Amino acid sequence: MASVEQIDGTGPSGEDGVRRRDFINIAAVSFAGVGAVAVVLPLVDQMNPSADVLALASTEVDLSAIQPGQAIKTTFRSQPLFVRQLTPKEIAEADKVDPSTLRDPQTLEERTVDGKKQWLVTMGVCTHLGCVPLGAGEGENRGEFGGYFCPCHGSSYDTAARIRKGPAPKNLEVPKYSFTSDTAILVG
Amino acid sequence: MSFPWAEQYTPKHPVMQWVDEKLPLPRLVYNAVGAGYPVPRNLNYFWNFGVLAGLALVIQIVTGVVMAMHYGANDLVAFGTVEQTMRDVNAGWLMRYAHANGASFFFIVVYLHIFRGLYFGSYKAPREMVWLLGLVIFLLMMATAFMGYVLPWGQMSYWGAKVITGLFGAIPVVGEPIQTWLLGGFAPGNASLNRFFSLHFLLPFVIAGVIILHIWALHIPGSSNPTGVEVKGPQDTVPFHPYYTAKDGFGAGVFLIAFSILLFFAPNFLGHPDNYIEANPLSTPAHIVPEWYFWPFYAILRAFTVDFFFIPAKLLGVLAMFASILLLFFLPWLDTSPVRSGRYRPTFRKFWWILLGDVAVLGYCGGAPAAEPFVMISQIAAAYYFAHFLIILPLIARFEKPLPLPGSITESVLAKYGKTDGEAAAVPAE
Repeated sequence: MASVEQIDGTGPSGEDGVRRRDFINIAAVSFAGVGAVAVVLPLVDQMNPSADVLALASTEVDLSAIQPGQAIKTTFRSQPLFVRQLTPKEIAEADKVDPSTLRDPQTLEERTVDGKKQWLVTMGVCTHLGCVPLGAGEGENRGEFGGYFCPCHGSSYDTAARIRKGPAPKNLEVPKYSFTSDTAILVG
Repeated sequence: MSFPWAEQYTPKHPVMQWVDEKLPLPRLVYNAVGAGYPVPRNLNYFWNFGVLAGLALVIQIVTGVVMAMHYGANDLVAFGTVEQTMRDVNAGWLMRYAHANGASFFFIVVYLHIFRGLYFGSYKAPREMVWLLGLVIFLLMMATAFMGYVLPWGQMSYWGAKVITGLFGAIPVVGEPIQTWLLGGFAPGNASLNRFFSLHFLLPFVIAGVIILHIWALHIPGSSNPTGVEVKGPQDTVPFHPYYTAKDGFGAGVFLIAFSILLFFAPNFLGHPDNYIEANPLSTPAHIVPEWYFWPFYAILRAFTVDFFFIPAKLLGVLAMFASILLLFFLPWLDTSPVRSGRYRPTFRKFWWILLGDVAVLGYCGGAPAAEPFVMISQIAAAYYFAHFLIILPLIARFEKPLPLPGSITESVLAKYGKTDGEAAAVPAE
């Protein structure tokens, strides 16, 4: 090969100074590179959620049995969902806080449906590292702000499920949902 | 690569001569871990832990391949097949307990191996590449151990997977897509379990490959030694076989006794009872902790509780945890003292002990609940950890006055043991 290179090194070049061999070299390597990328894409993409996982079921939740002050734990997209009926005292506690003092400023109104302020629907997934916070079950530790408490790293959420203390950066996520009747919601 | 006085491989049997011509594998082994590899004559027992780590890897691969024969990597059956292995498979309990405790012993010997390197300056030139490859092995071990812990699909498995993949979710913008990509779903599920099983089977063999590179890089300058003084001549070395094969054999015996004590008398001592409860996505265990060997890093992760310069606390914790390991890759260039061994570095030696204590404190806090005073203690200990490598080590290197070094390995050995003819090659530490 070396001898060929020497001959070609000073050999014929095109009008713009590009040797035929250089062109073939770049074209061949580029094409092989495109081929490699084309193979890597499906190899990487197969790790993403498959169609059956992505088949997003929406979940209907019956609220009729939930008394004020009670909460239920159900699932939405294979993750826990909390549905709580707030007591007037809990609503007052949430309203009393100035949102601008919060880490993730939101009012209770912004986190609930118009006119249904007592129904707090949130994901039961701590925004820190994804644990299920305590507080939905009867007698569980609700933390010092009376909402939810994550046992993993000590994040405390208030009665509007807003982050108040601990490492979590965001309020508990409110999924998209709508009331189908006075006592039922459709999540998703 | 070896010293010029290394013993030469000369096969006498015609079959071995024939093999040597066609594929000189016996020659390679002879020169790597046989009489053909000259080693400093003064290695102490802290030099056993590399071989012991190799032994631990062999135990893990053998028991792991057996476990895979009885395991079902599907979220519906995984927990049951592990229990079946424990109860119904002949000697299945032994294989699983050996595998679970083997992982702990692998980390014990690797941590001792790392702290040996830190004390005796084994990371310094010309052995930087040995240190860097060792860290790569350490990272691969952590990934392998994490994925292995998910496979029994117990509560700790599930929530460990959720929390650790949640770390990637802390990265801005791309974090959540990465987490979903890693898990193959929005939460750990069958897809996650299957890919973790596949990778948990693959990575130990990748580790074995990097170990070969680690040893290759080591054998270019040759092994370091407790004095940190380089080999000067044939009188400073003994052949690896039989001297260190025998010494490592003794170490392996002690290792296996300690391993057997835990394996047969307290096999669940290092485990968590919660992992004997099947994974339940709706209920988080009251106290999620990783396996003990991750505790120091877990403490650093949890040490960040408030936002800082607009960076969320969650991201800071994740960055600090990864940085605590990545920092070690820069160690050979942070400690600029030309003296290797802590034996001749009085100030360095004190801070080495403080670092050891600091990591122990971090480990304790990482296993403790996320409450005061542990959060504050981990904050102080985490800050000290970074200060040790970034501030203290470079300063010591600049201001410390080292003790006089011995003229050679042989001189230090004879000074300690008088003028024998050097049979006392094996000097216990300190």
